Amino acid sequence: MEEFDIIGQPLPKVDAVNKVTGATPFADDLSLPRMLYAKLLGCHHPHARLKAIDTTQATALPGVVAVITGADLPVKYGIIPSSQDETGLAGDKGRFVGDPIAAVAAVDEETAERALELIQVEYEALPAYLSIEEALDQKGEPIHDSGDQGNIHKLVSLEYGDPQAGFSQADYVRDDTFFYQGNTHLPIEQHAALAHYTADSRLTLWSSTQTPHYVHRLLSKALGIPMSRVRIIATPVGGGFGGKCDLFGHEIAAAKLAMITGRPVKITLTREEVFYTHRGRHPVLMWVKTGVRQDGSITAMHFKTFLDGGAHGSYGIASTYYTGALQTVTYKIPAYKFDGLRVFTNKPPCGPKRGHGTPQPRFALEVQLDKIAEALGLSPVDIRRRHLVEENSHTVNHLRITTCALDECLDKVVKASGFREKHRQLAYGRGIGLACGSYLSGAGLPIYWNDLPHTSVQIKLDRGGGVAVYCGQADIGQGSTSVLAYTVAEVLGVGLDHIQLTVADTDLTPIDLGSYSSRVTFMMGNAAIQAAEKLKALLLEAAADMLELPVGALAARGGRIFCVDDERRSVPFEQAVQRAEAQHGALVAMGSYTPPKLAGPFKGSGVGPSPAYSYSACAVEVNVDPQTGEIKVEKIWIAHDCGRAINPLLVEGQIEGGVYMGLGEALMEEQSFRRQQHKSPSMLDYKSPTTLETPEIETLIIERPDPGGPFGAKEAGQGPLLPVPPALANAVYDAVGVRIDEIPITPEKVLKALDLKRQGKAARVGPKGIPNVTFPKPVWVEPHSGAPKLEAE
Amino acid sequence: MLRLPPFEFLAPRSLAEAVALLAERGSAAMIVAGGTDLYPNMKRRQFEPAALVSLRSIPELRHVEGTAQTGLTIGSGVTLTQVSQQPLIANAYPALAHAAGAVSTAQLRNMGTIGGNLCVDTRCNYYNQTYHWRKSIGFCMKKGGDVCLVASGSERCWAVFSSDTAPVMVALGASVCLEGPQGKRVIPVEALYRDDGIAYLTKQPDEILTEIRLPPVDGLRTAYWKLRRRGAFDFPILGVAVALKLAEDGTCTAARIVLGAVESSPVEAQAAEALLIGQKLTREVIEAAAQAAARPARPLDNTDMSLSYRKRMAPVYTARALAQAAGLNGDQAA
Amino acid sequence: MKQLITLNVNNETIEVYTAIHKTLLEVLREDLQLTGTKHGCELGECGACTVLVDGEPVLSCLALPIELEGQAILTVEGLAVDGELHPLQQAFADNGAAQCGYCTPGILLTAKALLDHHPHPSRDEIRQALAGNLCRCTGYAKILDAIEAVRVP
Repeated sequence: MEEFDIIGQPLPKVDAVNKVTGATPFADDLSLPRMLYAKLLGCHHPHARLKAIDTTQATALPGVVAVITGADLPVKYGIIPSSQDETGLAGDKGRFVGDPIAAVAAVDEETAERALELIQVEYEALPAYLSIEEALDQKGEPIHDSGDQGNIHKLVSLEYGDPQAGFSQADYVRDDTFFYQGNTHLPIEQHAALAHYTADSRLTLWSSTQTPHYVHRLLSKALGIPMSRVRIIATPVGGGFGGKCDLFGHEIAAAKLAMITGRPVKITLTREEVFYTHRGRHPVLMWVKTGVRQDGSITAMHFKTFLDGGAHGSYGIASTYYTGALQTVTYKIPAYKFDGLRVFTNKPPCGPKRGHGTPQPRFALEVQLDKIAEALGLSPVDIRRRHLVEENSHTVNHLRITTCALDECLDKVVKASGFREKHRQLAYGRGIGLACGSYLSGAGLPIYWNDLPHTSVQIKLDRGGGVAVYCGQADIGQGSTSVLAYTVAEVLGVGLDHIQLTVADTDLTPIDLGSYSSRVTFMMGNAAIQAAEKLKALLLEAAADMLELPVGALAARGGRIFCVDDERRSVPFEQAVQRAEAQHGALVAMGSYTPPKLAGPFKGSGVGPSPAYSYSACAVEVNVDPQTGEIKVEKIWIAHDCGRAINPLLVEGQIEGGVYMGLGEALMEEQSFRRQQHKSPSMLDYKSPTTLETPEIETLIIERPDPGGPFGAKEAGQGPLLPVPPALANAVYDAVGVRIDEIPITPEKVLKALDLKRQGKAARVGPKGIPNVTFPKPVWVEPHSGAPKLEAE
Repeated sequence: MLRLPPFEFLAPRSLAEAVALLAERGSAAMIVAGGTDLYPNMKRRQFEPAALVSLRSIPELRHVEGTAQTGLTIGSGVTLTQVSQQPLIANAYPALAHAAGAVSTAQLRNMGTIGGNLCVDTRCNYYNQTYHWRKSIGFCMKKGGDVCLVASGSERCWAVFSSDTAPVMVALGASVCLEGPQGKRVIPVEALYRDDGIAYLTKQPDEILTEIRLPPVDGLRTAYWKLRRRGAFDFPILGVAVALKLAEDGTCTAARIVLGAVESSPVEAQAAEALLIGQKLTREVIEAAAQAAARPARPLDNTDMSLSYRKRMAPVYTARALAQAAGLNGDQAA
Repeated sequence: MKQLITLNVNNETIEVYTAIHKTLLEVLREDLQLTGTKHGCELGECGACTVLVDGEPVLSCLALPIELEGQAILTVEGLAVDGELHPLQQAFADNGAAQCGYCTPGILLTAKALLDHHPHPSRDEIRQALAGNLCRCTGYAKILDAIEAVRVP
């Protein structure tokens, strides 16, 4: 008999039929009687004091029901407790072009739009800061009066072990600078929300959000209404990728307008506004110095990151730490130093995008490793494969490694791609590159400090055999609702047709922290198993009574409970339910999951720990046209260690989607600015790959079950993005011998590097240096006792 | 949701009726065919016409007639999909079919017309933005302002001529038929254009482009190469159309090289053409002509990719287009 | 200015009294409550709002209903017949081709037009046909797989 009935099967998602028939109700598809439509007025300056806003004419326009400004929404909030620097609408200042400063509710969108043009704003322009350098070279008023100093939002310095000793023991030390341009999520669904404030003073907000619980907490704060009178329903999300994880001004404005007017208010962002809402990938300038021995083993690493944060804190403190956290989880590093800095700039706020803060340093690390391998005459495979972290170990920065199948990932990808046969052996113009990556299976700590479970699942059985499952998790297309169903059905031994799902509704469902940090399958899956096991115990007990057999002789599968030794002796599932209900009363059970305490004993240890890490290895083969610099990606091979594929079809989908998104970032996607405003806030001008730029992807799922994961599962949603940009950069080098130490790798940059090569100069395009910043004295941390040791020679 | 501003919609059933309506409405009316260029601009408030005169219900504009031997006439209302797929066009004028098929996406080619593509508004990434964006940066002279944001101090607008099919039409030696209240006139395609980002058409606003007349093929060998970031959606940021005639011994007897998306009108590279005539098209001859063709190109920084890259690609794309038209091997087709 | 417009949507004749400057996208979603047709840009730059008009994919965000009287408009709601999913819908479900599902309606209709015209396209021909529909979730791989599963070999 197979180990599982449902787990491991390539099943359609439980919501697949709704999605292919157009029946899935996305936020903008909702409407309520007497509904009003809201629009936002964006700031016209990158940095300006709002001296006066006159809404008289707008209010007087027939069809306009209410107009609000920052004065109506004065409460500061922010997703991270120590970065409370946002308000629903900008009050004192506009901090970027497009920053929402007023909102109108009207009988239709056209009227609301016309009213926006009637709002008179008196601005006092302030010096604008559009880059890291400008922010540091602060000439006038800083963007916020919070943060570490001036325009510096966050300064971090951490030292683990003895990097000095590590560098002195190295046979080869090199430092390199890299830049990873910012880019955005570009979900095809524009953010939308519908707010309804009823006569009983209760507020309901339907919103396209990945994090209904955080929206619940923050909206309550921003509006000054107790959480008990606020209900958040996360509608199915039409693409998230991290871009719908904050509470946003449009959600607060819609709610406030609903409260003022007493009518439902819907707001749907335009595509341009989605670019301004952003919270996407931080532009990060990086400097990394690495020491290695002749065999490629790392003796020490020093990493500096400079993050261009945009106008708000958002998740930025976490992002800053993440740019220094996960360097240590792939290859053994016995001594490590990290300096990080995040500045505010007058651009849309950056935040978490797929891989949150880790694709940038991963790019730098994996490209530098390629350079080191070449300098030492090692194969890019060997320099990685020989120095992988060990399973059941710790890293120098106190991250706990459980399972790590990166060895198998590398072996499989190298074999499938023919890397060893191709590398340095293909004709000029053709090349292959390799890189690895790793990501969290859920952040070990919540966004706000608490000791509470990160997720809970409730299951209620009914007499007809129905299994009602409740969980606050929000499905953003990754299939987390399906995973919930698969998990419960597997444990209870029923078919998926028994499962009824209620999710992402703060009135009805127990809290789940949301779809971010690749946490849902791992955490919710464990909670679901726990809840289902509790009920299964009651059902087995009831069936044991009915069959007059010991509980230990029974199993639940295929919609019945039966004797393992004699399957003819069985009880249908619903009869066992009825018997159990007669014995115990209503059959309801809860399961919860709280990650183990994993953070190290130092300030800043909260970012990076996870109950398990996924691993990926990736090879990219390219064709570079030396005359045009154009890069054609021929094929991508990726092996991903996800512990166990709960549904291989969905795992493949996550891997392919991650690879695609990484490739888009690597080749063309850029959130770039010119003359103080967004250069390309449209789907046409912000380039994302079509079917024609996306190559065939060969996906290899590596299953080495993790003892902490549900059925052994780890994440698959974010990790596979990470190795793609560096593998591409390494492939371009293999093809034409130039180093593009900067993402995206555009034809212009390739040509420029080829020019330099022809001129006999360093064949490289990338940042020339880093700002001269004095980082604070680092917090020194004794390495974890289970971490790789710096062996004395 | 971005929405269209209100307008009166007029759907004449004949060309004569359309001409009369345009004359009657004057500058308050605009012509619309497929709508794929005009409607996005209207949604961003580049245009807010009081009335639209639609050409879609006019049967006279949808014909494709003639042969490769006699030349072809194509009604301006023929869709880009038809131009790209019609065997008559694809066999006789492959570069035209290729250029039409390279416009945007299949959906837009199903909607957009060949006449619309010839008249497509010039583009600039300071101009093709929403009202809010343009207000924030300061309106430019092409709409609502009096400055050029890409070339400050410039007296003129530098918006980029962005039709894929026009350079091919010019290279083919096609002409267009315009009908207005003053009657009908036939002009060479190149005479339709003016190197000015605002007044880029010589067509009067009350004139309708009714058909395109392609000369007999007569041995013409054509190619079109388009530079853009992606294989779909994107407008050209450089287009190179070439048309050649080769004698039996391979000597070039006629050549036209036309660049698109480098200025506000198609640019014919006459100096380069002269270098080809009377020559056998070796790699060296092509290279010299390509360098000469690129010399007059003066792209500015108002499209995707950098202007230096676009300028640098001009000879590369020209050489590749020439090699393809000449039947030389070794370069992949665009 | 409002006008009574008669449309044939999903084989149903529907009269709708609406403003003539509303696009087909707006009329479908707001007047006819056919919200299966999605929008991502409203400028013809993403393909999410694709519907079929007389069997050809067009963008509803740039089409005026008044010009479509007498033509057959097919939206995602009209793909399944008598409760039976269209083979493409079934294949998209079975192959995991719909992740968030937001671009799915437009892609289904583009794919239907392709297969109606070319029952056995190659994978490259499928790529070409779908190049006007952006998807951010799937990397297109499962979408291509699903269409391949339906094509006549």
